[in-house]
Amino acid sequence: MADYAHPETLVSTDWVAQHSHDANVRVAEVDVDTKAYKEGHVPGAIGWDWNTQLCDVVRRDILSKAHFEKLMADAGITSSTTVVLYGDNNNWFAAWALWQMKMYGHKDVRIMNGGRKKWLAEGREVSTDVPMPAAATYEASGPDNSLRAYLDQVRAAMDAGSHGMVDVRSPQEFSGEILAPPGLPETCQRGGHIPGARNIPWGKACNDDGTFKSVDDLKALYGAEGIDASKPVIAYCRIGERSSHTWFVLKYLLGFDRVSNYDGSWTEWGNLVGVPVERGAASAKAAQ
Amino acid sequence: MNVENHTERQIEIDGWPVHLTTYKIGETFHCKADNVSPGAALARVTGSTAQEVEEKAIARATELLSRTKRRAV
Repeated sequence: MADYAHPETLVSTDWVAQHSHDANVRVAEVDVDTKAYKEGHVPGAIGWDWNTQLCDVVRRDILSKAHFEKLMADAGITSSTTVVLYGDNNNWFAAWALWQMKMYGHKDVRIMNGGRKKWLAEGREVSTDVPMPAAATYEASGPDNSLRAYLDQVRAAMDAGSHGMVDVRSPQEFSGEILAPPGLPETCQRGGHIPGARNIPWGKACNDDGTFKSVDDLKALYGAEGIDASKPVIAYCRIGERSSHTWFVLKYLLGFDRVSNYDGSWTEWGNLVGVPVERGAASAKAAQ
Repeated sequence: MNVENHTERQIEIDGWPVHLTTYKIGETFHCKADNVSPGAALARVTGSTAQEVEEKAIARATELLSRTKRRAV
């Protein structure tokens, strides 16, 4: 992990096994539903539900600063706590949580490399005990909106060709063959992708065991599609969680300064009236 | 308690690749079926044997995948 631009943002499963009960460490499992957490989790880990705890549950948005501060405080997290996030789906939702924590200025937040998948595959200890941390006081900063892309910015970037645009969905979603990941409800009116976007599915950044690929492999992956640090990059997917994974890779593993996550993603763009949509397959290289 | 009997394998349902992850925690077997690309969970079930949970997960995944419409592009 030492070759990554910000190796301090990753920890191994070994590290978590040794430090999950440290006084200044809080481990959180983040999933789209909490069934996985309830099955058994890293001992000492709290569980966050993406649907109800990491989104505004009324309007479509990230948490307000006040709600974010309450989430942290209730978890016993202060601004100096080392927070380690992991989750199912190769850390999609953990990456979403990290993105949001960075927007609100949390300094030391890390991802457990390999996520829940690797922890289970290694036959490690799990617990069904739910910790009840003492409440803390938390004061957030921001939000740092440079980490987030809004619709107007994405449209302007598309018109100007000023950004690298990375669509991290599957090739079938990118082409418009399907409107949602196989087996999931369709959440848009039109299929396809934002004109000019390159299709680099999020999973290509991971090894089979869920860990991130090496710096050289990641540079080759994105570089082959013309995505590098020479211009700002916008990542998007369907609802912004897979793209937060890619955002993490580009920002913290490869060290790109100007990367934002378009969390409106295809559920926003694919439902808009009158915006340009491109259909068809990605380049042969990206679709392999 | 530790995770035991962890296995992973890939199958195909209705032309879609599906990844099955099965394991035992305590006395309970768990199986998760995901859709490989992108890797979203389709089913997460529990039971008393590996065979039981895999059959339940495959049944649920089959039901969900049958609803996915492919469009000409």
